[in-house]
Amino acid sequence: MVALIPLLPFLGFLINASVGRRVSKSVSGAVACLLMIGAFGASVTAVLAAHNAPGRFIQETVFRWISSGDLQIPLAFRVDPLSSLMILVVTGIGSLIHIYSTAYMHEETDAEFARYFSYLNLFAAFMLVLVLGSSFPVMFVGWEGVGLCSYLLIGFWFRKQSAADAGKKAFVVNRIGDFGFILGMFLIFVTFHTLDFQEVAWRVSTWAPEIAVGPATIATLLLFLGATGKSAQIPLYVWLPDAMEGPTPVSALIHAATMVTAGVYMIGRNAVLFQHAPITLAVVAGIGIATALMAGTIGLVQNDIKRVLAYSTVSQLGYMFLAMGVGAYTAGIFHLYTHAFFKALLFLGSGAVIHALAGEQDLRNMGGLRKALPITYWTFLIGALAIAGIPPLAGFFSKDEILFRTFAHGNRIMWIVGLLTSFLTATYMFRLVFLAFHGDRRHPEHPAHDAHPAPDAHPAPDAHLHDAPPAMAIVLIVLAIGSIVAGFVGWPHAIGGANRIERFLEPSFEAHQMAPGEFQVIEGRASRQPRVELAAGVEPAVPGSQAVDERREIELMLLSVGIAVAGILVAMAFWLRNRAAATRVAYRAAPIYTLLLNKYYVDELYDATVVQPIKKLSTLLLWRGIDAALIDGAVNGVGGAVRGTSAALRRLQTGSIRAYAASLFLGVVVILGWYLMR
Amino acid sequence: MVTLNHYLILSGLLFCVGTAGVFLRRNLITVLLSVEIMLNAVNITFVAAGRYHGSVDGQIITFFVMTVAAAEAAVGLALVIALFRHRETLSPDAFTSLKW
Amino acid sequence: MEQIVFYVLAAVALLASFGVIGQRNPMHSVMLLIVSFGAYAGLYVLLDAPFTAVTQIIIYAGAIMVLFLFVVMLLNAHTEDDMVPATIGPRTMKIGVVLSLALVGEVAYALLKIARTDFGTDAGTVSSIKDVGHIGSMLYTSYSFAFEVTSILILVSMVGAVVIAGKPRKDR
Repeated sequence: MVALIPLLPFLGFLINASVGRRVSKSVSGAVACLLMIGAFGASVTAVLAAHNAPGRFIQETVFRWISSGDLQIPLAFRVDPLSSLMILVVTGIGSLIHIYSTAYMHEETDAEFARYFSYLNLFAAFMLVLVLGSSFPVMFVGWEGVGLCSYLLIGFWFRKQSAADAGKKAFVVNRIGDFGFILGMFLIFVTFHTLDFQEVAWRVSTWAPEIAVGPATIATLLLFLGATGKSAQIPLYVWLPDAMEGPTPVSALIHAATMVTAGVYMIGRNAVLFQHAPITLAVVAGIGIATALMAGTIGLVQNDIKRVLAYSTVSQLGYMFLAMGVGAYTAGIFHLYTHAFFKALLFLGSGAVIHALAGEQDLRNMGGLRKALPITYWTFLIGALAIAGIPPLAGFFSKDEILFRTFAHGNRIMWIVGLLTSFLTATYMFRLVFLAFHGDRRHPEHPAHDAHPAPDAHPAPDAHLHDAPPAMAIVLIVLAIGSIVAGFVGWPHAIGGANRIERFLEPSFEAHQMAPGEFQVIEGRASRQPRVELAAGVEPAVPGSQAVDERREIELMLLSVGIAVAGILVAMAFWLRNRAAATRVAYRAAPIYTLLLNKYYVDELYDATVVQPIKKLSTLLLWRGIDAALIDGAVNGVGGAVRGTSAALRRLQTGSIRAYAASLFLGVVVILGWYLMR
Repeated sequence: MVTLNHYLILSGLLFCVGTAGVFLRRNLITVLLSVEIMLNAVNITFVAAGRYHGSVDGQIITFFVMTVAAAEAAVGLALVIALFRHRETLSPDAFTSLKW
Repeated sequence: MEQIVFYVLAAVALLASFGVIGQRNPMHSVMLLIVSFGAYAGLYVLLDAPFTAVTQIIIYAGAIMVLFLFVVMLLNAHTEDDMVPATIGPRTMKIGVVLSLALVGEVAYALLKIARTDFGTDAGTVSSIKDVGHIGSMLYTSYSFAFEVTSILILVSMVGAVVIAGKPRKDR
């Protein structure tokens, strides 16, 4: 029962939305968490069933949704290796975050608590529809749905103006991306006359590449526009930092582990299609790495703990897109999977910090929390090491895989930028660790960023200073363990592993013909490259022989580790030993510092070039011109015309009998005359 | 020889006289009388035409016309009485309330 | 012979009708109308329709005109119309004249287009028209529905006249 997987969280949404406010928090929280865990169980069952099925997938059609000529779209869910991984991540990490939220949100009222969980469950349901969908429209339902839930959850504390604005911003920017997605979908239908993923992949692979490349390129570029909106890449990333207005578990779930990865997933789903559009792949990789670098530089100077993590997310997503762009689809998904663990961990850890400090989010007001919050500190440290790429933690394997593939693909510039970003990642992440947990406890000189509407955050901010409560602590520990071991499924060959994850995911990136009732059995192969059915002439760049590969790879591995360690050392130098030095550097490089602090003024740029002109256009033309003058004028005009004619016509009723008789007479004369004339 | 045409001309003239009476008189009763003149003119036409065609239908129609004229005269006069009671005058120009 | 009678009767009818619409006193109008009814009856006899002639006298002159007389005497309608000033403006007068002339012209035109049509004079036709029994049988067979409806109509008008002309109730 694959349909059960999204159905259970949806049921939770219905329950909590309708009666949740009348029951106690324990009940509504328990309902939500249990249903998510149930979904996780259903996912595990489905994954196992799919793994043993011929062709290694199951497809389940719930009902025939749209059936109109060529357009045949059943509501169907497909569990294949790629979606198996995704549903396990979504339901698994989702369940953990649900459990965490029961503690984090415990200060809310019953009604608000239930509302939060209803939204969270709804989000999970939509996300699962997104990753399980077997065709573009079903995925799009989930795509839109998670955008909606993102809006609802970012603006959860909607009475706060900045939160409401952030939610709106997220939704509108997402919408722009969705526009691209829709256009891409239309183009694909017009070109291939189908919207089912497998069918599209098969059809595009049977065409000659010269014919396929045109529509494929345009369609994939449009789809990628949608991905930039959903996954916060240039140019549509601006909503993600603002999205930190939402509760921290929301940031962890939606803006770290799941929703933002939808774009990466979508590219992975359509790997065959993208493989036929080399230009798009170049664009994807370019934008990915550019975003990674840009976000890394911004994150270096941010003072809000969640902002740093937000930019870190944007940066890591850039890595994933880089991987997709160079054809390393499994590497990208692998990084998605490991990133989910440690980013969720980092966000939830920051949530514990914020919770302990009763709402304080400014790094400049933290410090010395190492002793007070041990569990939080150690798990956070594990997460930071993982994201920096220190072996044998998870991040090392996935990030290294991406960098290696980029190197192998031949694009040296991207590889160097990737290394630079890796350095920055380590630096800013450990800056965060040192500022928050080490040193002396600083007292608030800077106004506290009041994101958490606790009754008041100022008086005795350290009064709440206790380590995470059990619900939160257990989740942190589980995620920390995950961050350590998750990477082992991708242990590369070069150092003796079997790279299981690559073999597992391969079939999802190939085109198979779906003859009714017939399935191709996929033979696994221990190889590095995704076995994509390429038309002649399009070959992934394959470097030399196996042996040279491996030695080179080990060298590159050591290089990445070295870079990461260097980043940590730099962070130690500035923010552990000598804080004043950091301030001096910032002072000397003031223009650059301000530029970074203000996020390259991108928001201001968008406002001036896009938002204000549209506002003016809408006000002057659409509102005053068309709506008020034209439409209201027409409607009122009709009324006025009726009134005018009736005012004129009613004068016929004079009340005088003779006048009526005279008109009768006139009628008689006319009719008589007409008959006589005939 | 008196032909059908003679009768038709006669009845046409009578009809016009009646019409003139309806419009020119300022006494409601006289107006009703003029209507009777018109009805009679029509009766003559029917009987003459019936005689011309050799059928008795003309007379039968005349029979009905007379009956209806009687009914109409009765009701019309009742209305005149009611109106007179209201306004103390019999001029049609006095009754102009049914207007905008 | 027949022609002379016809012209005499026609002249009487016309003159009486002019008198009806011309007289100031409504009583005179009613009287003159009775005279014209007499002339009509004569014309009907000329047309071999004695039954109609008799019916004309009985119903029209005998019933309807009596009704009119009653109302005239009841309302004491003298020369009322002189007391109310004329409300026909010059423009309305012009329109009226134009329309009247138009009607007259049309009627004249229609009549002139008719070719000379003689009445048939064989005995068979005449007798079938004259025969009251024949009229009766036609009335009660072919036109029975109209007959019945007309009787209901008379009933309705009777009731209506009583209601409309009745004394207004005290509570109005």
